[in-house]
Amino acid sequence: MNTGHLIMKMKWEKAGYKSEMACATGLGSSHTGVKHWIHQRITAIAGLFLTIWFTLETIGLVRDGTGYEGVATWIKSGLTPVWIVLLSLALFYHAKLGLQVVIEDYIHGEGSKFVILTLTKLILGGLCAICIFSVLKIAL
Amino acid sequence: MPSYPRPLSPHLQIYKPQWTSVLSILHRLTGVALSLGLLMFTWFLYAVSAGPLAFELFTGFLSTGIGRFMLMGWSFALMYHLCMGLRHFVFDTGRMLQPERAERAGQILLVVAMGLTLSLWFCVFIR
Repeated sequence: MNTGHLIMKMKWEKAGYKSEMACATGLGSSHTGVKHWIHQRITAIAGLFLTIWFTLETIGLVRDGTGYEGVATWIKSGLTPVWIVLLSLALFYHAKLGLQVVIEDYIHGEGSKFVILTLTKLILGGLCAICIFSVLKIAL
Repeated sequence: MPSYPRPLSPHLQIYKPQWTSVLSILHRLTGVALSLGLLMFTWFLYAVSAGPLAFELFTGFLSTGIGRFMLMGWSFALMYHLCMGLRHFVFDTGRMLQPERAERAGQILLVVAMGLTLSLWFCVFIR
């Protein structure tokens, strides 16, 4: 028995009495596919609204020829930092899900797939952390 | 277990590109491009948090030819991915899946995306 079989066996036994669907989720090649699909849609909608907002705001800033002070003031003002944080979370998560699918489609060796996938998630997570840190630093 | 190179039937080489398939791969391409664009987004926020000098470096880069090109590219990628994403939402409800309707909607949205990109830049530059 290889590790894959062992893991599957443990999952099955841990399930106890569960619906058949619940027992099956996570096993097989699509893993938690439906969850990803739903999360992709949700972050897409959230990202849609927040991106439209952000784009309009930025166009406004550029049109007014806003300098550093003005930009920093805008980021600090009202609930703007909250929207930017939410925007970052939505976009980076959406990107993570999307890139995951792309990587899984095109990289075939299990080893390289895992490495590249993990690297991507870490990089995206790190960038998101930098975004949130920057916003907090400006706003607080 | 070693994997042996196995023969594959020709696919991309012989399948005629169609609106549906090309628009779809463009959706994926713009998605990947936008993920790279997130680097620019992060740089923007970090530059503001790091002070006026860092911010000047950022805006300085954006005013160069390459910076402008990247920005325009990303704005089109965003508009395209956005419009096609909405099309995907419609597909998710099961509507518009017939080839002719999907194709027609895609063509219209492509034009809309280009239009949106142009109006975006129009708004930026026109006083």
